[in-house]
Amino acid sequence: MKDVAIVGIGITKFGEHWDKGIKELAVESGVKAVEDAGISGEEIELIVGGNMSGGLFTGQEHIGAMLADALGLNPIPAIRTEAACASGSLALRVGYLAIASGRYECVAVGGVEKMTDLTTGQVTATLAGAMDRENEAYFGLTFPGVFALMARRHMYEFKTKQEQLAMIAVKNHRNGAKNEIAHFRNEITVEDVLNSPLVADPLHLLDCSPISDGAATVILVPAERAKKYTDTPIYIKASTQASDTLALFDRASLTRIDATINAVRKAYKQAKITAKDVNVAEVHDCFTIAELIAYEDLGFCKKGEGGKLIENGETESGAKIPVNTSGGLKAKAHPVGATGIAEIVELVKQLRNEAGKRQVSNATIGLAHNIGGSGATVCIHILSNKR
Amino acid sequence: MAVGVVGYGVYIPRYRIRAQDIAKLWGSDEKRLKSLVGEKAVAGLDEDTVSMAVEASLNAIRMAGIDPEKIEAVFVGSESHPYAVKPTASIVAEAIGATPNLTAVDMEFACKAGTAAWQNVIALIEAKRISYGLAIGSDTAQGRPGDELEYTAASGAGAYIFGSDGIIAELIDMYSYTTDTPDFWRREGEDYPRHGGRFTGIPAYFTHVISATKGLLEKTNTTIDDYDYFVFHQPNYKFPLKAASMLGIDKKKIVPSIVVDKIGNTYSGNVPIGFAKVLDIAKPGQKVLVTSFGSGAGSDSFSFIIKEEIVEKRKKIKRVDEFVNDKVYIDYATYAKFRKKIKLGR
Repeated sequence: MKDVAIVGIGITKFGEHWDKGIKELAVESGVKAVEDAGISGEEIELIVGGNMSGGLFTGQEHIGAMLADALGLNPIPAIRTEAACASGSLALRVGYLAIASGRYECVAVGGVEKMTDLTTGQVTATLAGAMDRENEAYFGLTFPGVFALMARRHMYEFKTKQEQLAMIAVKNHRNGAKNEIAHFRNEITVEDVLNSPLVADPLHLLDCSPISDGAATVILVPAERAKKYTDTPIYIKASTQASDTLALFDRASLTRIDATINAVRKAYKQAKITAKDVNVAEVHDCFTIAELIAYEDLGFCKKGEGGKLIENGETESGAKIPVNTSGGLKAKAHPVGATGIAEIVELVKQLRNEAGKRQVSNATIGLAHNIGGSGATVCIHILSNKR
Repeated sequence: MAVGVVGYGVYIPRYRIRAQDIAKLWGSDEKRLKSLVGEKAVAGLDEDTVSMAVEASLNAIRMAGIDPEKIEAVFVGSESHPYAVKPTASIVAEAIGATPNLTAVDMEFACKAGTAAWQNVIALIEAKRISYGLAIGSDTAQGRPGDELEYTAASGAGAYIFGSDGIIAELIDMYSYTTDTPDFWRREGEDYPRHGGRFTGIPAYFTHVISATKGLLEKTNTTIDDYDYFVFHQPNYKFPLKAASMLGIDKKKIVPSIVVDKIGNTYSGNVPIGFAKVLDIAKPGQKVLVTSFGSGAGSDSFSFIIKEEIVEKRKKIKRVDEFVNDKVYIDYATYAKFRKKIKLGR
């Protein structure tokens, strides 16, 4: 297995792109990544693109071929990956394996989602395809409902407070305000969150990530060739993935995501680190409770102490373990297929020391956590600026 | 030759339903709605676009003090004409005593058909084809039960007689901005319109209102400081205030036109009623900039200067505030009956 490095990144603004389609978003991020890597398009041998539901969101399927065509890269092979909200990180994993296997020398890995063509109701119904359709969605469960169940149980088992959940949204908005590509750049307060409309008790509107459009791309090459392209290659030290039951009710516990625990355990082993070594993390905060549970599952704190971790400010920029310096899914936004790659783009910026006002000092190890559905798929990537 | 408003009148039905009563029924967030709309005017069982247009027109004629037979054009803008085929305008013209020596036609452009009617009447007068023309915006707007639109879709009418003598508000200039933006629509045969949710905001309302307003300012070589009042289409309480703040307009210059929190969005009647509310208080010499918005989408901007004659003429009719305050609250069930939302078995 070869070591793999990221030598280029590109990302669009996340938000409501009323005047751009799925192709334009993908091309914009792709071109930026190619420019950032300083390569020519002809060097790319394979495209892997994460996309959750182009078909339902925009009517466009066959996303792999669409990407090769739109990017002007025919006839190279192109693959679409789909694992609901983890489609992006799955693309990275496939691209990583393609380089690691020795079969490819340069792979463009991206994620794209165009969500705002539909009404909120239609988007909610489309996203519900990521849960167990027969046993959950058909009975009226939606994702806010799924995560509300997890939040309620966490509050019951560990005395977690709604205010603590709100603090996660507050932190992520504070970070998002410093990120030029974030959908929301306004700071909010705990009161704002608690006074916002109730979506699924105990989750309020400002506990939930928004509906947005966006795309992100990274360029992968074998680590041994990385210095040819850049002085600051970022190395993929671990790429792992785990699966779990589609339905929440089939799980042993509502207050942890076992796929996260299984994937991260392997990832720490692969990277030869522990949770304590992580300097900066991008975690999947589709709802505030998801970030809180991730703290515990990733080992940033003990089980049940996620509430305390945020309350003590330990996941703020500049604190013990800065989480979601990008603004996270909450403020930066969550165009689902793009999210896994957008997390990587932020970590690369941090590890290159190019994150501007969001920069975490002396960051050498970053962790990306991307979940599909309520945790039926989880991908973990660990990046480092040291080989 | 100066052209302008020689008489205006409005009609707002007495019935009101509170947004919170609608929210309660559908389990929506009452707090959030409070910032958008308060209550809305509901036409009674025996009222429709035609009857409201007639009432508003009679007020306008009273103010203008002209013989209705002198009106040579009646244009009615609405998205709720009672007939798909058979003009509203001919019924109105007959009812006010303007027939038969005139032209009459219906217009439709979502919420801005009323100001489209203004433009056409103004053009005929400027071309010296006619002396007086009546342009009406009237709607009994429909919102699908449970839809966001139900909180605002309201009933009301505003009528304007334009001419070149006895002017109370002289037209300075006008400008329009139109694109194919599908933010709101109702297909043939459908009972209720549909809309593009958040797409109705930035790409539709704000783009058009701001572009038309800026276009008029540029065309007339004026700035926002040259105007004493602004009247923007008010689909809810938030949008016109936000558009004003985006243009740097002082809140004090837009608030006098706002009536949406009291009567809802009367669609084609919206800007005609908002402008009337300003005309009720404006002083001679003051300038008013009016911008409508119709989904689909377009905006018409007008600038007017208030003339001396307004002071005496406006004493002849009921002010907008009097209509607003003359109200009877109804519950959702009565509202559902009035607006024919209850489908009776046959």
